[in-house]
Amino acid sequence: MIREGILEALQLLLRLDASVIDAATRSLWVSIVAVVTAGAVGISVGLLLARKRFPGRSVLVLLFRVGMSVPTVLIGLLCYGLLSRRGTLGELELLYTPTAIILGEFFLALPIVATLTHGAISRLDQRVFETARTLGAGTIQRAMTYLREARLAIMLAVLTAFSRCFTELGIAMMVGGNITGRTRTLTTATALETARGEFASGVAMSVILLSIAMLVTLAIALLSREAVEPVS
Amino acid sequence: MPTERDFSSWTMPTVLLLSLGMLAIGCAPGQPTGQESDANDTTTGSSADSVPEEAVLKVASTTSTRDSGLLDVLLPEFEKANNCRVDLIAVGTGAALKLAEAGDVDAVLVHARSAENRFMDAGHGIRHEPIMHNFFIIAGPAADPAQASGTDAVSALQKIAAGKHRFVSRGDDSGTHKCEQSLWQKAESRPDWDDYIESGQGMGPTLIMADEMNAYVLTDEGTWLKQSENFQLVPLVRGAHDLKNPYAVIVVNPAKSSAINADLANQFADFLISRRAQQLIANYEINGHRLFHPDRLQRETPE
Repeated sequence: MIREGILEALQLLLRLDASVIDAATRSLWVSIVAVVTAGAVGISVGLLLARKRFPGRSVLVLLFRVGMSVPTVLIGLLCYGLLSRRGTLGELELLYTPTAIILGEFFLALPIVATLTHGAISRLDQRVFETARTLGAGTIQRAMTYLREARLAIMLAVLTAFSRCFTELGIAMMVGGNITGRTRTLTTATALETARGEFASGVAMSVILLSIAMLVTLAIALLSREAVEPVS
Repeated sequence: MPTERDFSSWTMPTVLLLSLGMLAIGCAPGQPTGQESDANDTTTGSSADSVPEEAVLKVASTTSTRDSGLLDVLLPEFEKANNCRVDLIAVGTGAALKLAEAGDVDAVLVHARSAENRFMDAGHGIRHEPIMHNFFIIAGPAADPAQASGTDAVSALQKIAAGKHRFVSRGDDSGTHKCEQSLWQKAESRPDWDDYIESGQGMGPTLIMADEMNAYVLTDEGTWLKQSENFQLVPLVRGAHDLKNPYAVIVVNPAKSSAINADLANQFADFLISRRAQQLIANYEINGHRLFHPDRLQRETPE
């Protein structure tokens, strides 16, 4: 079955199967948009958490940390409650659109980026902060300095968030709805093929998904090697 | 720094919580009652008998059968009478038949007559017993813009197609989806307009989607009765002659795999057509509605 699946994956790819390409591109752009927006917010939040002292900060840090282990079906469920016609944001009619998936994946990615950025900046050499302070740099300049110093770890955070979003199923299924040609992603397509008993096609979809995820992981591996070397 | 101390005070509860979670995860595989662990067992084929004194019957059924709740009444009765355990693997009809074809289950309980016939013709099953039937429903917006309401599914679908009204289809090769496809064929219309939406999901999520989108939908009666309480959709075609939904049990050919328990599967089939089980089926109700009509009870008057 696995062998059949890999063969079928190759065939689907070589044929440039329209439905596969459709699901793969949607998976890609949806998770990219989610991670870019969550990245922008998450990096800022992580920076604030690492460098600003305010009441409730450690509670926030903890909450974001716990947020990393919230299951995607729960995020999906909460987003459904929000976007349903009877929900708070029902007026927007976003349920069963790619935008709904992006919203859910944003909440999936945000705690990952925020927590890992917070960790990366907290771990910076104390001298970085002292130097920035003694040079009298402004807030923005100081922030940029910290981000530059921690850039590899932050990039890792963003890539990690991306691979989580790209491979998640719960959100895409619940608020995307797995609609043919509109909200079907590689993971929901895999779930559908499995439910239909087309196990080989399911494996084929997963092979394609894994290949893309592997490229990202490879990028992470290369980056982390770079991240380790200059320090030591 | 005060924050560092804050942190350590949070650490203990967090660690405790996490280890509790780990424990829960660690315990889960010990009780393969969930659908997923069952599916894993069957697909890898490594179904080690962890309970040797108790025979296990693996039945693949459709999600709609499980969701109807009828099996929660029937299965314990069978388990008690035969001192065995029934592992129910609820998947789509297509997947159920594929699992049976691979010899991963002992019996299947499905509702897709033509697919069942093909399955039997190919020699995958050794016994096919009709058990019961019910009717599909076409539901839709209360305003019924297509004027689909009536007693005939084919003409209802023709009207929906003519107006290109929004329709949510399962699109997952399930028994319900197969029924829908054959209805479109009889209606001689191709469901290919923009507002014909394929959810690719089970009946429950598909109904929710149809309700959210105010669309027409074909559903089995069981799932409808369980979920429709808060729906805006209303049933428009009900009990129509062309919406009959027959259920059958198939005993999988034991030649497929030495692991197949054909004896127990035969007993399961015997049980389902027995007077006792047929009466349980006849008496099964959801929200005061009788859900299934037994096929093997003599006194049952045909619809």
